[in-house]
Amino acid sequence: MADLFRRLRGSPQGLLGLILVGVMLLIVVVGPWVAPFDPETFAPLQRYKGPSGAHWLGTDQYGRDILSRLLVGARATVLMAMLASLLGTLAGALLGTTSAYLGGRADEAIMRTIDAVLSIPSLLMALLIVTLLGKSAGNALLAIAIAFTPGMARVTRSVALAVRKQEYVAAAIARGESARYIVWREMLPNVVAPIVVEMTIRVAFAVMLFATLSFLGLGAQPPKPEWGLMVSESRRFMHLSPWMIVWPSLAIATVAIGFNLLGDGLRDALNPRTS
Amino acid sequence: MSLAYFLKRLALIGYTLLVVSLLVFAITQILPADAATMLLGENATPAALAAIREKLGLNDPAWVQYWRWLSGVLHGDFGVSMRTGQAVGPALLEALGRSLQLAFAAILLTLCLALPLGIIGAVNRGKAIDLFVSVKSYIGVSIPEFVSATLLILLFADWLQWLPATGYVPLSEDFARGVRHMVLPVLTVSIILIAHISRMVRSELVDVLHNDYIRAARLKGLSRRDVLFGHALRNALLPAITIVALDVGYLLGGVIVVEEIFALPGLGRQLIVAIQTRDLPSIQAGALIMASTYAIANFVADLAYAWLDKRIQYG
Repeated sequence: MADLFRRLRGSPQGLLGLILVGVMLLIVVVGPWVAPFDPETFAPLQRYKGPSGAHWLGTDQYGRDILSRLLVGARATVLMAMLASLLGTLAGALLGTTSAYLGGRADEAIMRTIDAVLSIPSLLMALLIVTLLGKSAGNALLAIAIAFTPGMARVTRSVALAVRKQEYVAAAIARGESARYIVWREMLPNVVAPIVVEMTIRVAFAVMLFATLSFLGLGAQPPKPEWGLMVSESRRFMHLSPWMIVWPSLAIATVAIGFNLLGDGLRDALNPRTS
Repeated sequence: MSLAYFLKRLALIGYTLLVVSLLVFAITQILPADAATMLLGENATPAALAAIREKLGLNDPAWVQYWRWLSGVLHGDFGVSMRTGQAVGPALLEALGRSLQLAFAAILLTLCLALPLGIIGAVNRGKAIDLFVSVKSYIGVSIPEFVSATLLILLFADWLQWLPATGYVPLSEDFARGVRHMVLPVLTVSIILIAHISRMVRSELVDVLHNDYIRAARLKGLSRRDVLFGHALRNALLPAITIVALDVGYLLGGVIVVEEIFALPGLGRQLIVAIQTRDLPSIQAGALIMASTYAIANFVADLAYAWLDKRIQYG
């Protein structure tokens, strides 16, 4: 683990990704405490202000402090995206590992069906599920998790197939272990590394997807300081103050870049061939 | 490409479309709000509700309803919109045409820019220009369409006032104005694709350039240019076909958002309107058409790949 961390720091991508994601996680944890203003209090006299000493990033159409809204909204955006990716990954990993373990016709049937489900674009899938469940941040999270599941199942299965051929799995089968034991205890731990890489990159995608759903009015609801929602709400006022649209856009892009870099850095660090 | 491979692939796409139709129907059918209530409103009398349920066949078991819907779709009948009272099929197909216009323009622009960028990056690997291309593609894949669309509108329509912010003019009506309206949407959709595909072309080409046959070609006395265009590029671009087809999924998702922002009356916008008004037949048809487009794009890509690369003979 310490070795991995050292190799991750060694590449420029890994280092930058580590820093960006680290800062973002820090904001997720302490954001609400360090925010200088209340993110939802209106200040009619302070509307459409540009960056200033009091409001570092300016204010929005209700005079709310944009910096505070970004700091508090990190949880609504980044944390939700991470949870959605995690949930989708767990479900996909379970499905993919099971499929690889079963093998033969069952595996074929599961994978063909997953391929079919994959032909529904993620955003469309998420839209359909949110339509079904009703619009809210929690449902958007669930929708993204479900939309990610088939893709993650596919990745996991291909890794798991390689693990399935390993001798320790044959040994476990020979010992007469149960299917559940073999999947959970022998196979899953060994397919974790490539899956973590894929998940990290997907967090970037989830941040974008989550913000997009909120932007379309199907995710987080006003007055929540979710970043996608902030972009959406400020579009009507962008000629009055472009700042209120630039900052949340920048925040979304920064998180996505951070997770993309970290994912690529992790892939290189975990790949024995590149060391 | 063997006949067996073709038939197997054909069977697969049939299965894919079947699963997609089942899924779309299942998701929309278990919507919490009941279709009859949606049509008549909350204040409808129970008798009126019962009558319309009977008329729409909502009392039948789910599989009977599915079969009725599917056989309608197979005959080109996508049902009647709950919002407009008109047939869903013709309206959506017209919208699909506009979306495809947008999608093809975006793919064209992407290929024109992503291939040179990827090649430049791979050939100058590790140099400043490679870093520049990489940084640009990282930024490209990390900005959601709604953000880039908004920023582009802010820049080109609001500040510079070069291009119209929203709206749509058919190309057949006024070509110049139609093109001006298409520039920003096409640009928005292309950004992510260009970033993704140029990155992929770069890494494929870097891999290929490490092969022994490339070194052999160089040792044989061929120029770098001949080796690059005669030997390396061909092999590096083959996987690109599959990636482009897979990216059609991103593209379709992007189209939904971009059409909504630029008020472009395509399939994506129809779908958003249908979702917002809970117009079931339109949601079902829109989702089905969109997923089928993606499935067919992948089908064609697989066939093209198998045709170009003779080694692929299995599923």
